[in-house]
Amino acid sequence: MTRHPEPLLWMLFSAGGVVSGMLMPVLVLLFGLAFPFGWVNPPTYDALRALVAHPIAALVLFALCALSLFHWAHRFRHTLYDAFQIKHLGGVIPVVCYGTAVVGSAVAAYLLWQLS
Amino acid sequence: MNETESSTPYHPRWLRPRMSTYWWLEKPAYLTFMLREGSCVFVGWFAVYLLLLLDALLEGPLAYELFLAWSATPWVLLLNIVTLAFVVFHAITFFQAAPQAMVVRIGRMRVSPQAVLLGHYAGWVVVSAIVAFVLLGAR
Repeated sequence: MTRHPEPLLWMLFSAGGVVSGMLMPVLVLLFGLAFPFGWVNPPTYDALRALVAHPIAALVLFALCALSLFHWAHRFRHTLYDAFQIKHLGGVIPVVCYGTAVVGSAVAAYLLWQLS
Repeated sequence: MNETESSTPYHPRWLRPRMSTYWWLEKPAYLTFMLREGSCVFVGWFAVYLLLLLDALLEGPLAYELFLAWSATPWVLLLNIVTLAFVVFHAITFFQAAPQAMVVRIGRMRVSPQAVLLGHYAGWVVVSAIVAFVLLGAR
């Protein structure tokens, strides 16, 4: 039995690609453009706070943040290999990429838990 | 020993012509590939942006107001405009590849690739509508 982590990392990459593809365009449009430009009013503090405290919203937000970070980590790592041919830094790049994703996921879990 | 014959532990003798680091600027299709792969940086950025928003929510109403003010500063706005373009490009290219990556079967019937693609786009529309409805309704 092989114990390569690659299939698991690819699954996280793929799941992150789907989740971020579904959720991010509308979230960037709202939080990145529509609210700052004043096209529509942003949610009040109390309303948004209540919203993210909801278990379903918290779960979706955790999945979105964690999987998106793993999606970034995997794709960024392979782009460094393929495009810039710096595979000889192989030991450092995965640690930095996936390490960032693990830390970011832990931060997301902590924040959402505190907010619940 | 000249440059082309040299070897290092990680780059044993080059048997193929050496590729330029900027090979992806040579053809439009290569550039599209790089832009598609590069979209992951903006996906990562927006995940961090959401974490900053959650952190502001945890700190309190003032921090939330400061976050909203910061999101309206020119550089953040500019970055998020570029981010929107890249995440839309990411969504389209990722869903476009989905029928090749996943084979869906119902019983012994294979769901057609077109249906898998359509399913992703339909999901995108529904999810976007729900998120917009919930966020714009949160008063």
